[in-house]
Amino acid sequence: MKITVQAWRQSSPTSAGEFVSYPVDNVSEDMSFFEMMDKLNNNLIRQGKDPISFDHDCREGICGTCGIMINGRAHGPLKGVTSCQLHMRSFKDGETLVVEPWRANSFPVIRDLVVDRSSFDRVMESGGYVSVNTGGVPDANATPILKNDVDLAFDAAACIGCGACVATCKNSSAMLFVGAKVTQYALLPQGQVERKNRVSNMVAQMDIEGFGNCTNTSACEVECPKEISVENIARLNREFLKASF
Amino acid sequence: MTWIFTFFQSSIGKKILMATTGILLSLFLATHLLGNLMLFGGAEMFNNYVHSLANMKPVVRFAEVILTLLFLAHIISGIRVTLENKRAKSISYKISPGPETTKLHSRSMAISGSIVFIFLVFHLQTFWYSFQNMHSADADFYDVVINSKVGYNNPLIAGFYILALLLLALHLRHGFQSAFQTFGVGDSRYKSLIETVAVFFWLVIPLGFISIPVYFGFIK
Ligand code: HEM
Ligand code: SF4
Ligand code: FES
Repeated sequence: MKITVQAWRQSSPTSAGEFVSYPVDNVSEDMSFFEMMDKLNNNLIRQGKDPISFDHDCREGICGTCGIMINGRAHGPLKGVTSCQLHMRSFKDGETLVVEPWRANSFPVIRDLVVDRSSFDRVMESGGYVSVNTGGVPDANATPILKNDVDLAFDAAACIGCGACVATCKNSSAMLFVGAKVTQYALLPQGQVERKNRVSNMVAQMDIEGFGNCTNTSACEVECPKEISVENIARLNREFLKASF
Repeated sequence: MTWIFTFFQSSIGKKILMATTGILLSLFLATHLLGNLMLFGGAEMFNNYVHSLANMKPVVRFAEVILTLLFLAHIISGIRVTLENKRAKSISYKISPGPETTKLHSRSMAISGSIVFIFLVFHLQTFWYSFQNMHSADADFYDVVINSKVGYNNPLIAGFYILALLLLALHLRHGFQSAFQTFGVGDSRYKSLIETVAVFFWLVIPLGFISIPVYFGFIK
């Protein structure tokens, strides 16, 4: 395959960026999207140019580090898939791929396609933890939990904090991420002690970080690689209401 | 009292305010439609209806104050939410996420709301305001609404009403169910119930309103 990559190039957080087009030849359909990017970067290095910076770590869809806007789709066109799990067979020979960093004022660009998502970390620090007793590890089966609650909590806990929900949202709202995090604790016995403070603090921190207000467009649910449901946003609203009154 | 202030300053609090006022406005629309449908009963029926409203002025005035407050709260928080959201994404994408991720009516709430607002000012000016100066017992309200220069028999006016009402339908298509998601009752158990009730509010009621300019402007 022949592919043209139109990539956002920005050398530092403060410098102005621009789109630059690069042709990539001999791309195999079986390559992952990132292998294609590696190939492009090898070409650039051989030409003595700066390679395109992009974030990645596990390359198996579990760490949440990667995240690229490809032709207007967060993590590319496939449903339930991270950028690193995307393969070139999802694209056509001769296609131009416009690759952009996540755009949200709470995710400032560091370089090229790499953004600073530490705003998510600060939201987690504000409430994404549970208190545990020190001492011996309790028997895992000692605390009975409803199957339905476990399932819902586990679905929410699948969130890898990639930020695609914020990236695709026209309001840069972080409600899907925060909804997933609040849910995974609120439904389990271990999360009860901090339940009310957690949701109040996490929403307050989310607002301080400058994420927008959710208008329920549900774009996040469509683009989330872990298919987190917007039901978690409803639960977040409910938890917030309960904690406020 | 500070907690209430903090609540309405939070992103979720602002949305709760929008959703509450939006739902109350939707309920008002239902009662407003019931009254308007009297136009189909002819001049006498409609005039009697407006006179009976005029005879309970204090109640009507009270309702008008409440409605004004609802609209103001809805519009002001709508503007705030929209501006803050624009600020949260000041650089847009070269290729913006489109129909694969969101529906048009969900993306255009501020536009549909604003056009409904322009319509509202015009509507109040031509009908509500002129009614205020008609006190005599034989005042012909029907004539103002149907036959005057700004009445429905003017196809331009009728067309404007139809356009604005279609946008209101789009506004409520997203808004009605969205409000329940904001209240936190968006989970699957209630989804089908909410969607069924929503059809009444976003489709049936606007169509009811639209039937009036369609009939008097184009059919009759
Ligand atoms: C009869 C008139 C109206 C009714 C019944 C109505 C109803 C609603 C409802 C139910 C919502 C959903 C709240 C939520 O998502 O939680 C909403 C949202 C909204 N409305 Fe209205 N509205 C009306 C007029 C207006 C006007 C005149 C404006 C603006 C000038 C406006 C602007 C907005 C905005 C910006 C939103 C928020 C967008 C969003 O949440 O997606 N609305 N409206
Ligand atoms: S909710 Fe989904 S899209 Fe958002 S951060 Fe978590 S995994 Fe990524
Ligand atoms: S690199 Fe870890 S999820 Fe993509």
